[in-house]
Amino acid sequence: MLGLLLLTTLVVPVCNLLVPDSSGLHISTYTMTLLGKYLCYALLAVAVDLVWGYLGILSLGHGAFFALGGYAMGMYLMRQIGSRGMYGNPVLPDFMVFLNWQELPWFWHGFHWFWFAMLMVILVPGLLALAFGWLAFRSRVTGVYLSIMTQALTYALLLAFFRNEMGFGGNNGLTDFKDILGFSLQSDATRAALFIASAAALGLGYLSCLYITRSRLGRLCTAIRDQENRTRFIGYRVENFKLWIFTFSAILAGIAGALYVPQVGIINPGEFAPLASIEIVIWVAVGGRATLYGAVAGALMVNYAKSYLTGAMPDAWLFALGALFVLVTLLLPRGVTGLLRKKEVNQ
Amino acid sequence: MQSAPSSPCSFKTLLILILTALLLPLAGPGHAEDPKAQFTEGTTLLIQGDFEQKRNGIQKIATSGDKRAKAVLMALQDGNLFLVKKDNTLVYANTENSPVDIMSVFSGDVLKSVKKRKLKKITINNTLRTQLKDVLAKIDLNSPDAKVREEAVNKLAVSLTPESSGLLSELLETETNSDVRDALTTAMAIADLRSPDNEKKLLALSRLQGNLNPTVRNEIQRLISEKQDISIRNKAESVLSTIEAKTTLYGLAETIFFGLSLGSVLVLAAIGLAITFGVIGVINMAHGELIMLGAYTTYVMQQMLPNSIGIALFLSIPAAFIVSGLTGIVIERSVIRFLYGRPLETLLATFGVSLILQQAVRSVFSPLNRSVASPAWMSGSLQINPILSLTTNRITILIFSLLVFTGLYLLLKKSSIGLQVRAVSQNRNMARAMGIRAAKVDALTFGLGSGIAGIAGVALSQLTNVGPNLGQAYIIDSFMVVVFGGVGNLWGTLIGGLSLGVANKFLEPWAGAVLAKILILVFIILFIQKRPQGLFPQKGRAAG
Amino acid sequence: MKSKLIAISVACALTIGTLFSSQVMAAETIKVGILHSLSGTMAISETTLKDTMLMLIDEQNKKGGLLGKQLEAVVVDPASDWPLFAEKARELIEKEKVAAVFGCWTSVSRKSVLPVFEELNNLLFYPVQYEGEESSQNVFYTGAAPNQQAIPAVDYLMNDMGVKRWVLAGTDYVYPRTTNKILEAYLKAKGVAAEDIMINYTPFGHSDWQSIVADIKKFGSLGKKTAVVSTINGDANVPFYKELGNQGITADNIPVVAFSVGEEELSGIDTKPLVGHLAAWNYFMSVDSESNDAFIESWQKFIKSEKRVTNDPMEAHYIGFNMWIKAVEKAGTTDPSAVQDAIIGVTVPNLSGGYSAMMPNHHITKPVLIGEIQDNGQFEVVWQTAGMVVGDAWSDFLEGSKDLISDWRKPLSCGNYNVKSGKCSGQQ
Repeated sequence: MLGLLLLTTLVVPVCNLLVPDSSGLHISTYTMTLLGKYLCYALLAVAVDLVWGYLGILSLGHGAFFALGGYAMGMYLMRQIGSRGMYGNPVLPDFMVFLNWQELPWFWHGFHWFWFAMLMVILVPGLLALAFGWLAFRSRVTGVYLSIMTQALTYALLLAFFRNEMGFGGNNGLTDFKDILGFSLQSDATRAALFIASAAALGLGYLSCLYITRSRLGRLCTAIRDQENRTRFIGYRVENFKLWIFTFSAILAGIAGALYVPQVGIINPGEFAPLASIEIVIWVAVGGRATLYGAVAGALMVNYAKSYLTGAMPDAWLFALGALFVLVTLLLPRGVTGLLRKKEVNQ
Repeated sequence: MQSAPSSPCSFKTLLILILTALLLPLAGPGHAEDPKAQFTEGTTLLIQGDFEQKRNGIQKIATSGDKRAKAVLMALQDGNLFLVKKDNTLVYANTENSPVDIMSVFSGDVLKSVKKRKLKKITINNTLRTQLKDVLAKIDLNSPDAKVREEAVNKLAVSLTPESSGLLSELLETETNSDVRDALTTAMAIADLRSPDNEKKLLALSRLQGNLNPTVRNEIQRLISEKQDISIRNKAESVLSTIEAKTTLYGLAETIFFGLSLGSVLVLAAIGLAITFGVIGVINMAHGELIMLGAYTTYVMQQMLPNSIGIALFLSIPAAFIVSGLTGIVIERSVIRFLYGRPLETLLATFGVSLILQQAVRSVFSPLNRSVASPAWMSGSLQINPILSLTTNRITILIFSLLVFTGLYLLLKKSSIGLQVRAVSQNRNMARAMGIRAAKVDALTFGLGSGIAGIAGVALSQLTNVGPNLGQAYIIDSFMVVVFGGVGNLWGTLIGGLSLGVANKFLEPWAGAVLAKILILVFIILFIQKRPQGLFPQKGRAAG
Repeated sequence: MKSKLIAISVACALTIGTLFSSQVMAAETIKVGILHSLSGTMAISETTLKDTMLMLIDEQNKKGGLLGKQLEAVVVDPASDWPLFAEKARELIEKEKVAAVFGCWTSVSRKSVLPVFEELNNLLFYPVQYEGEESSQNVFYTGAAPNQQAIPAVDYLMNDMGVKRWVLAGTDYVYPRTTNKILEAYLKAKGVAAEDIMINYTPFGHSDWQSIVADIKKFGSLGKKTAVVSTINGDANVPFYKELGNQGITADNIPVVAFSVGEEELSGIDTKPLVGHLAAWNYFMSVDSESNDAFIESWQKFIKSEKRVTNDPMEAHYIGFNMWIKAVEKAGTTDPSAVQDAIIGVTVPNLSGGYSAMMPNHHITKPVLIGEIQDNGQFEVVWQTAGMVVGDAWSDFLEGSKDLISDWRKPLSCGNYNVKSGKCSGQQ
């Protein structure tokens, strides 16, 4: 898995930058950004798989952490525009100028530093997950209830970010980014760098999740997933373990969001939609839960299918997606990778 | 030479004649010398394209005193006045049927029916609409029916002009009916607030004590803002404060009603879910789409019975129950059956089902919203007093949701099916051991919950869009209501839904619609952390 | 381990393999991209525009195509998902090599694709009324700017109907926010006091209007003539109008003038309680002109239904498409830069019997019509501007933009030129 990832990381940027347009091996920028986007989704799927597959927490709100990470990055990118906005205001982003804001709201301060923004990419989703988890796990909200609560969380954030008074650009969100760390976002080299960064983040995220699940902690997680009460009676502080893993997973989602935003060029409240979060779970389910690599495969496959079908058969797209959900849960409870694994066992 | 003096003489008579004809309309209703002539003149102006000419025409007809005047003006207001294109005859018509039955305005004879395209509608704009309302009220002042007269007085009192107050005081002298006299004196009191005589003002103020008509309030406020005698000012302020106290009180009542009505919608949407989620533990993400199917059923029924919307609506209730219920049973038999005991996976599978249903509706009915009409008895409002009116469709839906709740409650508590459902939900194995066919009960329960969702769809079709996205708008709210109320408890759903509705409406004026909703969501999240089992936890074994 | 490798490599191979293919295609036809959502929340409005474009392209092909070649429509579905709009725009331009794109409805989708169009230098024709405050070299705004819709409507209410008190009600997103900001400044400039203006925002798809309508009713009961200026979007309109009707607000006591309610939206509403409420557009289906009759006839024939209506954004696509055709013929090529230069000044007939011209700021000239809703779901025109109104990219009534102008002709070539500082901000 990692080898393959490494290979892709090397081949794709090289084929994009060095191989000439005319060659059959050339990978267009369109393809590369698309793949970069998929890699971010894959990291997000790994984060969901960590809590769902190994801990039994079905989070229907991971999109919220993803979006918060994305907004933190988006705010940095907005500040980088500086006076190159439409109105030429050196401090205020365009959307604040035309809504007659006089000064930068307090929570926008500091985002012109890259390190600060990166810190927020980790802190904001992390702290939200910590606070939410602390409340939820301590009072032993589990199973379906927890899922619905996570859904309510992302729904509340969706409504909040839609509000223009919040100062995050309302429905339009943040867009029209110019450059990151001084490099133009429109150049192919920056795109390649972002692609490599996404691949690296996915690799690291995957490795750390692998490390967690293979360690003693991982076995404990499985125990919690399968028999929470028994684990508690043995003497483990179940809620603490849950809390830390959940928070870690939220941070991974936040990082995925931060890498996603400069590649797609926009972040808006749509990412908070409950539907988007459910879709993430589907990627994991399609790939096969509790395998991590299954999550990666699932994210790639479903998103590829989405890109393809929305172009080729616009009307059929929802039928196909819906059927996928039903068939996978009914016929492939262990996902596509489960199918392959079964064959291996049979052999 | 003999003829010379006679010719200026006859010219003079003609001039006088024309002048009187011109002046007469100003003299008020019923004074036209030749009502018929003026009426005809008015109608010829009406059929001109120009709105200014139409305005004159309306004035002419209104003041002609002709018996047909009111009918013509009302038809004009309701959009029932047409011109036959071929011979320019003015007719009454109701274009709902085809071919259209028409009746001549002048003779009152029923003419031969014509096709819709042969008619041209006499159109009006808002200025004319306001004028019509005014002149019709003035005509109604002379109606033999006391009720009509009273209403006309009230209508005129809202925007008094010197001319109309003159009319009213004239009427007061001849009026005998006590209700109408009452309305008239109030109207005159409003007029008296502007009188220079302080005595009159004071009298008028006492007369208007506790009157909730917004005009009264505005007039008193105007009175206070002007320079006044101290006695008048004090009196005016005390009257105003009573009015304002009452206004606040009725405002509160209004907010509670709004809250209950929002709550009843939530209850309707959630109660089906309370059964599928609460009783058999299935997370049905396609619940919203079952509501949507119910709404589309209403649309189809109305298409089938286009002339009797009300009956179609009644028939839609069982029809929607059957359509959504059967869909539910199909979903249960084909998907959910295999996933019992794995609630999180039913969530994913039913989400897939919801996407398929949405797209199916889009393919069949097109992505556009469909128009579902409301029957006449469900539009308009119940006027309690001038500042409090309750809309009839909301009242109907509130009552309807309580009926559905009661029916469902009785079904579960009193019938043998209900007993079986409860038995299976509490202890499946024990119930099976007692000879209950659990699989059949599961299917029936799911069908019941889905059918109720369909019924909710019928109600929602009266309030909101009927389109493919209808279901998504309600699914999260429904979940919140069920979880908040306590899973597996119908009372919890009812109380939970109504209280969330009321809370939302009390927050709304203070926080705005969006923030109110966010606050409610945050409240529920925190509440569930505190009481994970909701308001009314289920007791006994099944609670675990 | 082996299974892992298989799984991942299958996924990757699928992904990369298919992305490579279908890149090499000879350009025997001229491709036209259509970027409208066919699923998701915006499908309601946008599907019709996709069909309109297919019809226009079909008709052009019957007339012999363009530059001797046939036109080919490339339809994609951005599924009301804003980042997907950017991705699909890139797909249309880079992969499909389209000559121009017709698409988008919401402001956010336009904002999302804008950097893509600027980077890859292609053309976007945007057919919907919008908030202004934008002028891109690569975008042609064929819908109305606020001064082509909102301000004339308010003028009509003020002068012809004597409205003194104003409720500005809108959905909470950028178009209503900006429009209401402009209107508020405009009304205040006209001497309306602050307490006579009530501003209210609601979320998308808001369905419980009881309290707000009751507030409007109270606001309107204070003696002065009151009107509601509605920038309420799409789905929220049906419950809004139903609640208005039920609470007894009719067009003669508190008229509502809407900027987002057209024939298509009305086809989903029972219009009897709405009769007399107003809408301001640049086109109504009921407009009496020969070109309109022909357009309606061919539309209903194309869509195979006599019940389907036409609306303002459809007319905008009609104008935009014809302008593009004319500009390509003038330039003799579909090269976007050449077309950008050629299209300024191009004049084509619109459907209300006049002519619309593309201005140097990439907005077009349009008549402004005000119509009253009739019980058959159509509008009756009650007022219209004497001539054409030029679209204004930057509003004169907003603090930040009153000094900005837009002129894409050489040598200025700037979308946001500050006349005070003499600088073109944001351009390098």
